[in-house]
Amino acid sequence: MTETSSQPVPQKAKANLFQQLELDMRLLGMIGAFIILCIGFNIVTDGRFLTPRNLFNLSIQTVSVAIMACGMVFIIVMRHIDLSVGALLATTSAVMAMTQTELLPNVLGMGLNHPATWAITLIVGLAVGTLIGAFHGWMVGYLTIPAFIVTLGGFLVWRNVAWYMTDGQTIGPLDSTFLIFGGTNGTLGTTVSLLFGLAATAIAVWALWSGRRSKAAHGFPVKPVWAETTLAGIVGIAIMGYVLIVNSYSIPTRRLERMFEARGETMPEGLVVGYGIPISVLILILVAVTLTVVARKTRFGRYIFATGGNPDAAELSGINTRMMTVKIFALMGFLCALSAVVASARLANHSNDIGTLDELRVIAAAVIGGTALSGGIGTIYGAILGALIMQALQSGMAMVGVDAPFQNIVVGTVLVLAVYIDIVYRKRLGAK
Amino acid sequence: MQAQETQNQTSGRGSGQPPLVEMRDISISFGGIKAVDRVSVDLYPGEVVGLLGHNGAGKSTLIKVLSGAYQKDHGEILIDGKKVEINNPRDARANNIETIYQTLALADNLDASSNLFLGREMVTPFGLVNDAAMEAECRKIMAQLNPNFQKFNDPVSALSGGQRQSVAIARAVYFNARILIMDEPTAALGPHETQMVADLIQQLKAQGIGIFLIDHDVHAVMELCDRASVMKNGQLVGTVDIADVTDDDLLSMIILGKKPGEKTE
Repeated sequence: MTETSSQPVPQKAKANLFQQLELDMRLLGMIGAFIILCIGFNIVTDGRFLTPRNLFNLSIQTVSVAIMACGMVFIIVMRHIDLSVGALLATTSAVMAMTQTELLPNVLGMGLNHPATWAITLIVGLAVGTLIGAFHGWMVGYLTIPAFIVTLGGFLVWRNVAWYMTDGQTIGPLDSTFLIFGGTNGTLGTTVSLLFGLAATAIAVWALWSGRRSKAAHGFPVKPVWAETTLAGIVGIAIMGYVLIVNSYSIPTRRLERMFEARGETMPEGLVVGYGIPISVLILILVAVTLTVVARKTRFGRYIFATGGNPDAAELSGINTRMMTVKIFALMGFLCALSAVVASARLANHSNDIGTLDELRVIAAAVIGGTALSGGIGTIYGAILGALIMQALQSGMAMVGVDAPFQNIVVGTVLVLAVYIDIVYRKRLGAK
Repeated sequence: MQAQETQNQTSGRGSGQPPLVEMRDISISFGGIKAVDRVSVDLYPGEVVGLLGHNGAGKSTLIKVLSGAYQKDHGEILIDGKKVEINNPRDARANNIETIYQTLALADNLDASSNLFLGREMVTPFGLVNDAAMEAECRKIMAQLNPNFQKFNDPVSALSGGQRQSVAIARAVYFNARILIMDEPTAALGPHETQMVADLIQQLKAQGIGIFLIDHDVHAVMELCDRASVMKNGQLVGTVDIADVTDDDLLSMIILGKKPGEKTE
């Protein structure tokens, strides 16, 4: 290896543009599909789809399913499945609703909207979710009951535990601080969003650069500089583009007036305030980045993929696959609870049907995102894109005025089609 | 060099030193069927012991007890004369026992270096896996084992049988194994790669590593091994010095279950 780091390796020079960028073709395909979808809907709806308002709403509607889809990737990569995530979301949502409206204010006498309510609620909810998930994982890993059965049972149990806890009633209004996790009720504001966008871009560029440097330090082949720069540019444009869009969606004047009234002030005439990045989207980004690092850069993540690729080999390599199973289901439970926070805060109450059919949306998002049900293959960003594509389809069709039954028919068809395209693509590559 | 090697072997065994590995009276049964029935085998440093027998004779099962994949029902394992407990693959690795399984036991979706270090990843000071360092190590050992190997960034499912085998071998020899178990290492290989494995076995012997070689092929065993233990129906037929027997002797042990010199009825 005598090439300097800035020079393309000979055999790479002959490769085509995409190969030089070393981008996942599947990822490009999904981004392409999403863009086509957005432009298509935008044309059909006379430009109502690609508005800051709609894109803002699209992102906060996607968050709940996307957070769970991240966990589902790990579950499916390890050759398991979780059919209980929607029900688990309902139970943890019910637990948190009861904690903040009943247990803390009335039973413990803290009163409504106590400053500590949101934090205690969050801790209780996340702990319950994690525990239930770990319990599922224990049954799958140590009692060797198939995950399909454990979570099918869990689906019935937790959906109805939620019902029983709340008597089937809608619980609300929720704690006022708790609502900031929902989306419209909690955003970073334009300035902080802008700073966040710049910081995120800087971190992304640094990550690309340090990855390249560490490859070069060992004398491994690296991408040509222009490819690296292009990639950094695309990432930067995507991040800053989103920030500018959510910044340009301004808070409706009436709502702004009420916010000023609540603080006992009067709103200056003609004031325009942009929303900025929703806190819930921030949570999703945090989850996605953390889990991507876990998947790629930790032993735990490596073992998840190894176990999915060949469970026997993983076992023979001294990996405790049973304990791994407990951990990934516990993580799934934690993420369900986090999704419950976002979902109930967005609706500002806990309703009995919260999270209904989410298990199917979550699995579909992961699968559309390229997670193979046979195990061993899957990415976090793919699952998030999958969730985004599904949500775009759904809300786009709603805007166009497609009848509800047809909406689900289309989503179902797209799911099957996406998996078929994936199979064809993999066969072409010669991979399994 | 050759002479010295031979001397090492003889001094390893018969010098009064305890064997590297001694498996005594090992029994294991599955659902009432005795897969291995009171079998004892031993192995000295720098020695290759062949384990022969039909399919289902119990040789793979016996060896999986040593590699920690199965737990024995009865018997004991001694390493350097000291009793050890091997309850899982981690214990085996802790005792410097490495195994090359017949199935290779590779995670097909991961690349060569991830497989090489699976369960023993190199980490950065922050506790994250250090892929670059592992790939560098992987390139180093592959340069010795299989200089033609170039596919370091592809999943091992994209490799040929011989390349996959060299990844599995690299994994076994990289971590300073003292005891190496090879379960039909040449079953899926072409003549060239088979020769590569044979050369490697000689190399490892010279380093004083003890090798259990499981094989169907009598000729391979005659060529590579110092001693052979033959099993039939879960029981040990006998252990012989390769120098004292012919191919036919071994075959009759495998097929008839008789030691040479015993009368056949």
